[in-house]
Amino acid sequence: MIELRDIHKNFGSNRVLRGVNLTIPKAESMVIIGGSGTGKSVLLKCILGLVQPTSGTILLDGQDVKTAERDAFLARFGMLFQGGALFDSLSVWQNVTFRLLRGSLKRPKAEAKEIAVEKLRRVGLSPDVAELYPAELSGGMQKRVGLARAIAAEPEIIFFDEPTTGLDPIMAGVINELIREIVTEMGATAMTITHDMSSVRAIADKVAMLHDGIIQWTGPISQLDDSGDPYLDQFIHGRAEGPIAAVR
Amino acid sequence: MTLAAGFLARIGATILAVLAAIGRVTIYAADAASHMVRPPFYIREFAHSLLTIGYFSLPVVGLTALFTGGALALQIYAGGSRFSAEAVVPQIVAIGMVRELGPVLVGLMIAARVTSSIAAEIATMKVTEQIDALTTLSTHPMKYLTVPRVLAALFVVPLLVGLGDIIGVMGGFLVGTEQLGFNRATYLKNTVDFLEAIDIWSSLAKGAVFGFIAAVMGCYYGMAAGRGAQGVGRATKSSVEAAAVLILAANFILTSLFFSA
Repeated sequence: MIELRDIHKNFGSNRVLRGVNLTIPKAESMVIIGGSGTGKSVLLKCILGLVQPTSGTILLDGQDVKTAERDAFLARFGMLFQGGALFDSLSVWQNVTFRLLRGSLKRPKAEAKEIAVEKLRRVGLSPDVAELYPAELSGGMQKRVGLARAIAAEPEIIFFDEPTTGLDPIMAGVINELIREIVTEMGATAMTITHDMSSVRAIADKVAMLHDGIIQWTGPISQLDDSGDPYLDQFIHGRAEGPIAAVR
Repeated sequence: MTLAAGFLARIGATILAVLAAIGRVTIYAADAASHMVRPPFYIREFAHSLLTIGYFSLPVVGLTALFTGGALALQIYAGGSRFSAEAVVPQIVAIGMVRELGPVLVGLMIAARVTSSIAAEIATMKVTEQIDALTTLSTHPMKYLTVPRVLAALFVVPLLVGLGDIIGVMGGFLVGTEQLGFNRATYLKNTVDFLEAIDIWSSLAKGAVFGFIAAVMGCYYGMAAGRGAQGVGRATKSSVEAAAVLILAANFILTSLFFSA
């Protein structure tokens, strides 16, 4: 379980997060929605320690993440980045098994390659893709490889940062389905940030809306359409009129 | 009065910004040095850096040294002839190349070729979130990206400098013997007899320092890059400027240390 308690993050005078409180129960899929520039990615990076919060506490299974042993802590996570963030200089299979080729989880090269091929198959890519380089792949294939890398070490917690950005609706649907299947199959805790409502409906068990640096609304996906929250209603229906200023 | 105060405030702010930048670079360099002696070590990345910094720099270093050595011989001959001292061409070419021009020109070529390439590569990795991805995959960016490049530059730039010295002297030899009429055996004997061990050691030591500076600057500015294509461009430009200036400043300091009476 991940608990965020009163998380603040300032960049100079810009107060991006202004007291975020959120709990993500174990083995549930939480989707955080919100407009562009509302701090969704910053929140996710705060949990991973890529960005240090200005104040507040982040607990993972009751332990403050600041006191956790860094390698062991990160070994519990997998992450799919918005642009894939694949390493250009490495082949696809080396990208997928990056964590398994070095460090505490190191496996023999042949075994790592087998795992890579298996994970690529799991995300719908053929074994011959393993030898290609990221620059030789389409955007959709890069997302799938990123997804294969995120699940390669079978993490307990997986983060998805805008998993469908830049994809056509069909490929976005494929990625959404894959995420849902994989999260269910692995029993992983998932946290996804997106402003794509089709992703939200496909992936979420619970939804939280981030606006003005705080969690404006949170609840199960079943209550998304009748929440009665004007901010959420405006966002999910994509209306220009409402409490959220269209020009920011 | 207000104008003067504003002027002084601007000078003060600039000085503070420069000092802060020096502080950040120094901390980064010290951090890189401390990671060099602590595992894990990434041998594959180190070997790859040896190849890209060393082997692939050979043509540019060789050609630069060759033409500079030749031009130096012509200049010394022309200058020396004004007071009947043409005979000193081999000695001055040797000392000029080995003590100064070899290390400085190789250092500047490395700054142009390697520092820019490191900064652009790492900056691109930063803006495409590859650095964040490294961290989430339990890999320290400093150990994976910076240490192999800095270590490789420390090892390989002195070798490039040594090679540049030899090729530069050979450039002078070719011009001296083929164009200026020097006897080959005499030219070589004068060159070898005139050089001392300190000339060679100082040259190689300068190479190591310049290699360290070039690689650290590339990594630092790459890691500190701002967003987008502009961020990558700015990081690349700043890294080369900083590396070139620091190499020239370090050259002055090292020359003072090695050769001041």
